[in-house]
Amino acid sequence: MKKFNGRVLAPGSYKGKCIVSHYGLNTLATFQSSAIKGSKNVIASDQNNPDLYGKNITGIALCLPQTIGSTTGGMVLQVICSMKTNPACLLFSESIDSLAAAGTVLAVVWEKSDIIVIDGLGKEFLETVKDTDTLEVSPDGTVTIL
Amino acid sequence: MYTPKMKLTKEQQEILEGKQGEVKAKIMETIVRYGDIFDAPELVAVTHPCCHLVTSFGMPLLKPVYRIMDQMINEGIKVPGGFTMDPRPLDYKNVKCSPLERLVFDLVMYGKQKDYEEQLTKLGLVDKDSFTCACYFKENANIPKKGDVISWAESSAVNYANSVLGARCNRNSGMIDIFGAAIGFVPKFGLVTDEGRKATWKVTLKLTKMPEAQILGSAIGMKVLEEVPYVVGLDKWIGTELNDQALDFLKDFGAATASNGAVGLYHIDKLTPEAKEQGEKLLAKDYKEYVIDDAELERVYKNYPVMWKDKTKEGNLAFIGCPHLSLSQLNEWTEKITKALKDNNKKKVQIRTIICTAPKVKEVFMKTENYEKLMQTGAKLTCICPLMYSNNPLTKKRRIVTSSNKLRTYTLARYYKTDELINIISGRKEVK
Repeated sequence: MKKFNGRVLAPGSYKGKCIVSHYGLNTLATFQSSAIKGSKNVIASDQNNPDLYGKNITGIALCLPQTIGSTTGGMVLQVICSMKTNPACLLFSESIDSLAAAGTVLAVVWEKSDIIVIDGLGKEFLETVKDTDTLEVSPDGTVTIL
Repeated sequence: MYTPKMKLTKEQQEILEGKQGEVKAKIMETIVRYGDIFDAPELVAVTHPCCHLVTSFGMPLLKPVYRIMDQMINEGIKVPGGFTMDPRPLDYKNVKCSPLERLVFDLVMYGKQKDYEEQLTKLGLVDKDSFTCACYFKENANIPKKGDVISWAESSAVNYANSVLGARCNRNSGMIDIFGAAIGFVPKFGLVTDEGRKATWKVTLKLTKMPEAQILGSAIGMKVLEEVPYVVGLDKWIGTELNDQALDFLKDFGAATASNGAVGLYHIDKLTPEAKEQGEKLLAKDYKEYVIDDAELERVYKNYPVMWKDKTKEGNLAFIGCPHLSLSQLNEWTEKITKALKDNNKKKVQIRTIICTAPKVKEVFMKTENYEKLMQTGAKLTCICPLMYSNNPLTKKRRIVTSSNKLRTYTLARYYKTDELINIISGRKEVK
């Protein structure tokens, strides 16, 4: 069992599966295909991200360094939160980037989304956590790998 | 009500409290919360009032966007300085589609385009020809001055405005762009501040030939992600003056840094405005280093995945102009295509070829001799966003080839260097 602490940007509790991206998450490229189809589950469609490509990322904890890519990114996050197909948590090892931050705020203020967002968990977090792990996320920003 | 961490003026606080309406209060809350995440001490005024918005496509799934825009219209909120937009997704006249594709585009993908454009007009769209990702072309005239604070989105436009024009803008998301412009303030953090504009990477070029702008940008973007690079050695290839050739190179280079990474600002030694003034003083303490030689660029290029079902087949649709081509690039591509066809004893392009530019650039180009010359090759000229066209699930059946690294990143398009793409278009067989 290993604990990591980060900054809470959108609080909440979660216990369950996770998926890990060691690459920057290209928000538009990852979510666009499923969003266009209106799928109930997002199958990550970013061909440049072998960690996520083709995997279901709805409803689980997504561990990542930061987001990258198109500036539609924040709005895309807002849209998937409004469709309730978002990952349950976004757990950033680094400080959150401006697009993910915008998406978090848009989702919280305009969609009343319950997405959990924590940043600054540290490089060790991303080096330690694996797709097979179960995570427990607390409202104070503690992430425990069970 | 949200309690801000940053210091607000009396007017800003009153907006947040709802004294200018509920919707404006939520817009202010969004901007303030966004700034608070980055410990912005205050909001700063937008000094170049013309905004640029990234969300130009009327996808039915963007219900939250349409809902918010309706709320803004109903409360009488408008962007005071107006705004330009990213390109439209469709142009059936010049980019033909099958009946099935048209059905998918009209009913599924972009079924709200007409309604959305009506909303945009009410909110301050400059005019019907303002749809381009390159709003900073002189023909479009949305050109901030050095030091101007702007509220824009579109990764390539923000990247260009910060780096080439010296304006100040964070990598805002869609919606944050129009919110900042509508209330006239953006949070003071990141690329809006002097400190945030310091380079944390020094990239040294040790190249023996002129690099492809889009591969160099891709290599740097993938390495530095959202940090600021200071690039040394590019002046050897594109000079020390911001002439048409340098501006075109930087547009394409920057778009690749932004889409393959998340670069919002770069400095080019001896060329871009802040680098010319401050030189290596722009480098932050403890900067990291990245050396790029010919082998590194080739490694990056060879590693692009090919996502076609049958990788052995040849491309059957070429897209050129993502970001949109400038007038000088249109002339250059016209010359290259016509020469390659002539050399190859061909009159027409050998695969369907779509060239993308801004509506106001197209208007100017159509008055030149080169327009007729280009049309005679069979290539088509359009003002759409090739990315929006290629996102249609049915286009997976097409084997799109492109010289745009942004298009490669977001679609199944295969990237080729400029000369290779010319060979494909003209039917030469010297392709990898």
